[in-house]
Amino acid sequence: MKVVFLGATRGMGRALARAMAQRGDQLFLLGRDPEELARSAQDLEVIAGSGKVEGAFCDLLRPETFAPALDQAAQALGSFDTVVITAGLFATQEQLEVDAALRGELLTADFTNTIQFCEEARQRLLAGGGGTLCVFSSVAGERGRKPVILYGAAKAGLSCYLEGLDHKFRAQGLRTICVKPGFVKTGMTAGLKPPPFAAEPDDVATAVLKAIDRGRPEVYVPGIWRWVMLAIRNLPRAVMRRIAF
Amino acid sequence: MTLHALPRRPADSEADAISTADPTGADAPLTRLSGWGRYPVVEGHEALSENLERITGGAALTRGLGRSYGDASLPAPGHNHVAGSVLADRVLAFDPDTGIVRAEAGCPLWRLNRIFLPRGFFTPVTPGTHYVTLGGMVAADVHGKSHHVDGCFGEHVTRLKMRVADGRILECSDDEERDLFRATLGGMGLTGHILEVEFRLRRIPTPWIWQESERTADFDSTLERLRAGSQQWPMTVCWADFLISGPRAGRGLVMVGRWAEPGEAPTTPPRFRHAPSVPPLFPSWFLQPWMMRIFNWLIYVKHGARVRRGIVHPETFFYPLDVVRNWNRIYGPRGFTQYQCVLPTSGDNGRHHRFLARLHELNAPVFLCVPKDCGPEGKGMLSFPKPGVSYALDLPVTAQTQALVDALNEFVIAEGGRVYLAKDAFTRAEHFRAMEPRLDAWKRVRRQWDPHGTLRSAQSVRVFGDTP
Repeated sequence: MKVVFLGATRGMGRALARAMAQRGDQLFLLGRDPEELARSAQDLEVIAGSGKVEGAFCDLLRPETFAPALDQAAQALGSFDTVVITAGLFATQEQLEVDAALRGELLTADFTNTIQFCEEARQRLLAGGGGTLCVFSSVAGERGRKPVILYGAAKAGLSCYLEGLDHKFRAQGLRTICVKPGFVKTGMTAGLKPPPFAAEPDDVATAVLKAIDRGRPEVYVPGIWRWVMLAIRNLPRAVMRRIAF
Repeated sequence: MTLHALPRRPADSEADAISTADPTGADAPLTRLSGWGRYPVVEGHEALSENLERITGGAALTRGLGRSYGDASLPAPGHNHVAGSVLADRVLAFDPDTGIVRAEAGCPLWRLNRIFLPRGFFTPVTPGTHYVTLGGMVAADVHGKSHHVDGCFGEHVTRLKMRVADGRILECSDDEERDLFRATLGGMGLTGHILEVEFRLRRIPTPWIWQESERTADFDSTLERLRAGSQQWPMTVCWADFLISGPRAGRGLVMVGRWAEPGEAPTTPPRFRHAPSVPPLFPSWFLQPWMMRIFNWLIYVKHGARVRRGIVHPETFFYPLDVVRNWNRIYGPRGFTQYQCVLPTSGDNGRHHRFLARLHELNAPVFLCVPKDCGPEGKGMLSFPKPGVSYALDLPVTAQTQALVDALNEFVIAEGGRVYLAKDAFTRAEHFRAMEPRLDAWKRVRRQWDPHGTLRSAQSVRVFGDTP
């Protein structure tokens, strides 16, 4: 695969990019910190054992950087057939309730701009006859829940968009994959206490790579979250209001 | 890599937007921290980030995977903000011509092994577990089955990038800030925060191991076979039964090995296996000496009287205990300690027999004993090994453990030996001083780089007498 990757420097993105490099996929990295991109590119080059990993500037908070970044990727890779987005912002509900600027940034980055980026990627993938668009949403978007109201709302919108995209364009060869991680031990969640079934980024990478290969439109990682969220989605409102989950 | 048109990130607020999700020391939660022995347990704030430079700024110590057994990786009282390196795990450079590799300090050894073993490279020195970080390997100046020929890990480290106590970030090596470099090898992370490690991997003929193992009838033959093995083999280790008494005490298995040659090894690279985890269900009373006696007897009998030879998986050879994760849980919540000391070489085996006799006198519940012969002292100013035989003894923590370690330390001092700080949880400051003539020289270098005592650990307060 020839992969354009937004968010490969950290957390789950780092693990997934490594799994791809390991099996010989060609990667092009997008991100906003040049030094971080360079260090991750080195890491991936050593893992791949051969070939160069290149990168370009792209900032999820600046939509004007999306098209040029994807064009540079196309130029460097020749063309690409896969786009992965793991980048996103996270903050706790308490922080978001008091900080309007942060709230604006998070909602913009995780919903509006992620979709804007997907639209740019979609057009380019369809022009090349299709491919795979793999985007990291979250189980937080499955139901309105007290600890993740704002973050969950952005992810719910994103998941809805990704499902629609998959319905409309799969026949034209574009496979959209919505990844819904539960709690994963990364820098993003480092300040939080891990609940039961917390996953490692490497477990997520394995599961997502399998879903990309098989074209499965929806992945829960760890898999148990599919059943946890099924139960949560079907809880009556009266119960949902009383629990802290 | 080539970067296409990368403008420097503007210094505006958006650059910091992600910092809310990426705690520095200030907002890391208070958690209970412990080493591999699960004793002692200390409360502290462990900041985790992919960006080690940022979180080491205000931290009193950097810890990795917490595989030191005692309190070496734990925060000191009153200085409970520490940095965790495990998310800083990238490989930054590799030169296949020289074998020199550079990586962030949190890079775990298992990751390096899985990248480089199939390509015919391996670390010249590995400890008995691959769940350690490079930073931890430097800080403890680890040794392994090849110590008698390859020395400690520090002998193969070419450069370090560190953040020292005054906040500066610098590189050190044998040519640059040599004092700092040598005080950091085996310096238990107390001379500065280790950020990046550069060392030399060794080319190996195949990624498989040729192993031979032999059963020994008593302690003398165990020591004799170990010595003879090290004359001819690059890697040796043994396992001895110290629970059994009488003439068979100290009998065991001696294992020797080398990298297999292309003709004798499988042509496919070894497959890496997923290790299941031990659940946290065992009470402290679970593991009893009688069970370990049966376990030891089974290992001994199962091996058989003949010499076993053949190709084994490198992870089976180097990391037999890593087949299950969290095996420390079988000791229950009270935990265990590993007492590891080295007894210097002497003309006969008298010193070693006295050690075994002392253990029996003290009624020490030695659940596992791993003797290993050591080569010469390395360049690390405070590194553990010196010529002689090292004994690693696993002991469950009980009310008597402090008295037992005190008594053993007095024996070790009298015999001219010393203990390994990476395993230690009980040694008293006066005992360590008595076994370590190099301590003052190391402390001078440490003071030079950290005059105000910013860097410290629970262990440095206990063993080096850092004042709270």
